[in-house]
Amino acid sequence: MPVSQETLDEIALSRDEYEAIVDRLGREPEPLELGLFGALWSEHCGYKHTKALLRTLPSSSDRLLVAPGAENAGVVDLGDGLSVCFKIESHNHPSAVEPFEGAATGVGGIIRDIFAMGARPIALLNSLRFGQPDNARTRYLLNGVIGGISSYGNCIGIPDVGGEIFFSDTYKGNPLVNAMCVGLIEDGKIASASAKEPGDLLMLVGADTGRDGIHGASGLASRAFEEQAEMRSAVQVGNPFLEKVLIEACLEALDLPGVVGLQDCGAAGITSAAIEMAERSVMGLKLLIDEVPRREEGMTPYEVMLSESQERMLLAVTPGQEGPVFDLFEKWDLDATIIGNFELGENVRIYDGGVEITSTPVITLTDAPEYKFTGVKPEWLTKLQNADLSANPIPSQSPADMLLKILASPNIASRFPIYRQYDYHVQTNTVVEPGGDAAVLRLKGSKRGIALSTDCNGRICYLDPEIGTAIAVAEACRNLSVTGATPVALTDGLNFGNPETPDVQFQLSESIAGMSRAAEAFKIPIVSGNASLYNQSQGTDIFPTPIIGSLGLLEDVEKHSTAGFKSKGDVIVLIGTDSTWDDINGLAGSEYLDFIHDKVEGQPKLDIDLEIRTQAACRKAINQELIASAHDVSDGGVAVAIAESAVIGEIGASINSAPGERWDAAMFGETQSRIIVSVKTENLAALESITTANNVPSIVIGCVGGNTLTFGDAISLPLDDVDYAWKNGFIRATSD
Amino acid sequence: MKFGIVVFPGTWSERDTHHAVNGVLGQAAEYIWHGDETLGQYDAIIIPGGFSYGDFLRAGAIARFSPVMEAVRQFADKGGPVLGICNGFQVLCESGLLPGVLMRNEHLEFRCIWTDLKVENDSTMFTSKATTGETLHIPMSHGEGNYQADHATIDQLEGNGQIVLRYADSSGKVTPDINPNGSINNIAGIVNGRGNVMGMMPHPEKASEKLIGGDDGNVIFNSLIESFAASLA
Repeated sequence: MPVSQETLDEIALSRDEYEAIVDRLGREPEPLELGLFGALWSEHCGYKHTKALLRTLPSSSDRLLVAPGAENAGVVDLGDGLSVCFKIESHNHPSAVEPFEGAATGVGGIIRDIFAMGARPIALLNSLRFGQPDNARTRYLLNGVIGGISSYGNCIGIPDVGGEIFFSDTYKGNPLVNAMCVGLIEDGKIASASAKEPGDLLMLVGADTGRDGIHGASGLASRAFEEQAEMRSAVQVGNPFLEKVLIEACLEALDLPGVVGLQDCGAAGITSAAIEMAERSVMGLKLLIDEVPRREEGMTPYEVMLSESQERMLLAVTPGQEGPVFDLFEKWDLDATIIGNFELGENVRIYDGGVEITSTPVITLTDAPEYKFTGVKPEWLTKLQNADLSANPIPSQSPADMLLKILASPNIASRFPIYRQYDYHVQTNTVVEPGGDAAVLRLKGSKRGIALSTDCNGRICYLDPEIGTAIAVAEACRNLSVTGATPVALTDGLNFGNPETPDVQFQLSESIAGMSRAAEAFKIPIVSGNASLYNQSQGTDIFPTPIIGSLGLLEDVEKHSTAGFKSKGDVIVLIGTDSTWDDINGLAGSEYLDFIHDKVEGQPKLDIDLEIRTQAACRKAINQELIASAHDVSDGGVAVAIAESAVIGEIGASINSAPGERWDAAMFGETQSRIIVSVKTENLAALESITTANNVPSIVIGCVGGNTLTFGDAISLPLDDVDYAWKNGFIRATSD
Repeated sequence: MKFGIVVFPGTWSERDTHHAVNGVLGQAAEYIWHGDETLGQYDAIIIPGGFSYGDFLRAGAIARFSPVMEAVRQFADKGGPVLGICNGFQVLCESGLLPGVLMRNEHLEFRCIWTDLKVENDSTMFTSKATTGETLHIPMSHGEGNYQADHATIDQLEGNGQIVLRYADSSGKVTPDINPNGSINNIAGIVNGRGNVMGMMPHPEKASEKLIGGDDGNVIFNSLIESFAASLA
């Protein structure tokens, strides 16, 4: 009997996809099987619209110990017997429906991905997007998401060291909540999410299984979202205490000889976790569904298979060696249950009460269809790119008032009111705290350190997805380089609209092309990734938001640099350009143009070679200890960057020249590849010889000192006023 | 000197504390599992920070029933030094080893910030390496650090010099503005009447090295090490 449209809609499979299943199986699927297909062929698990594109990303590096895709996250070698894995995961739709639990379980989910690799999670970052914070709904979402991240992360003892928050009405009905987790692996003890031999036992540990989160992957994450706002029951509920205990128990379990594989239960629960393990092991799997401990009575096999109850992990255990594993989990007061075993063969066979209820080829389940497309540039975009930026009037306010206004704006003001709600010290590795360009962590037992950042400007990606994404890569790396760290690996969190529309297909293909081009130019691999599609607000696709997470290495963590000016008399140098002030083209996609003129227009530009040379020069100067401070010029342009360095360093600055007639573009233009550094006078010549040798333009623009911020004869502001605007802007913008 | 560091399910500062006393200060240190009913040979016990039992019910309210807490009580009764940090302070209050309670921060938000702590009494075994009036720069990280007790208890603590640390500005001035959580009289750390059990909300183990922002926290650990050495002499 042909399946009803209603059934297909519930699991978000198209009629064509259903036909493909029938074709591959040679029969109609059983209802339970259809549920498995719905989950595994969902956009969230199956990457139907992104798989072909993601394959084009650079994935090779001398530092790679585990290739992207081979396990839950790629692993990067840092030397000294240390390696790290890291990954971003989105929890956008759950957070839109239930912000506190949605964000909390997003954090919980990405942490499980990381410790499933045998890594101890050492850092969290969050990349968040909301609508403008001038209304009650956005504030509810913002407070819920921050509360959820704070509650989960603080309880679990992983420092939250960085990230971004950006407000734009493109995200009004569809906030983005992307969490990144970084894990440290010592002595190359990398865990695999697979069994070793047929007969290996499949053990479920951690929480009992309930009805929460059913259809999370296929429903919430994989189709046009706004129709689904009633799907609150598809949001899971987190228990960070249980996850903390689960981390300790699982990392301890990996030292037992019988534990051969570890896998997290995330989207699509046991279905995705167990079947992916079977696929990776190239084995069949016998699953005893009635053995799964439940927290509710009367659950059907379908519900058990598709539940997304949190804080569960799967282990592959050598038969006969399960005793010590049970003992260990009992010590941690955690349930551990054998729910099946791997076997010779190709099928996953599900048993209920001793009776086989389905038998389906693993490879058929996991081989989701791939949709290939090449986008066509829409006409509206050409028009936006060609906009005459100089037609935007020069504001009637004074440059000084405008600077204070921009510093206090929601996207520029200090994020301290947020991150003071996160524990960023725990594990005692935090060398550079959140609030700078990138967080820096030391690695105990080594001289080395790592720098971490996330970056993406959706506005710029909207105006040019190819260049915009290349800029996201460039900025994520620049954030590392200004601390002195060399970028070594990237991860991505793709957040896009409905991939079935030509515009989003264009954005997706261009964006991946830009990411690929930039990563290749930097010669660094993209080691893991996540895709969240169908992000729409009021029927309109969000700005394409390919968030880039970056990891950098410091050979000597003592030699890092920070953003704040240090000492009176230090010379301020802008590197990557030969002019103090920006020109009109810098306004393309800028914060100023959006915030003041309510416009998102212009053609963003990036000279990737100049970018790479500029970053290299900056790192070299930091490495030779010539630099007193270094800060990336980004949102808000050079005026904001100077003000931030002054406020963070608690010392004034005097810039030699005034920003001229078109002072708005000069001060707030966002031309790429610029870094503000300060140096002692005696180090200026050495810095200049490095920039010259790297063929990087630079210009001395002023000096550090005093308690005012001065731009030639155009601006003279007491530092206290600048400090007040920047430090209080966020609270005022989100609660007044 | 040998430190014992108690680990409950949900504790997360045990490794940081171990690193500070052992990795940085070179003292012996071992973990003590919460289910243990007896203690080995230790010269001081530290109950570190974290969220024991997920702070379910109330911070520290479940941990007080762990078997190890009876052994800790006996250790303290014999005069052994016991230091509770953050969640450890909460556990000590819930166990009755220290007076008072730690309520939710007055502003109802979690707070992770650097604090300056004015040393009010340098004659305790936890502060002997400090000088009364000086400030220690040590971070705090908690949602429930708002210390409260009835008037009689506060008067007694104040009168006996049992208030050891207060939140202050960097010059040591104790003002309501600088109070990060609403604690009565800006209290950040106290000792029991005998002076051998101390609880403090800020984390000295998170300020154990200059590289991570400062090493003032070592003043607390070094004071313990010094008093132990003095007890042997």
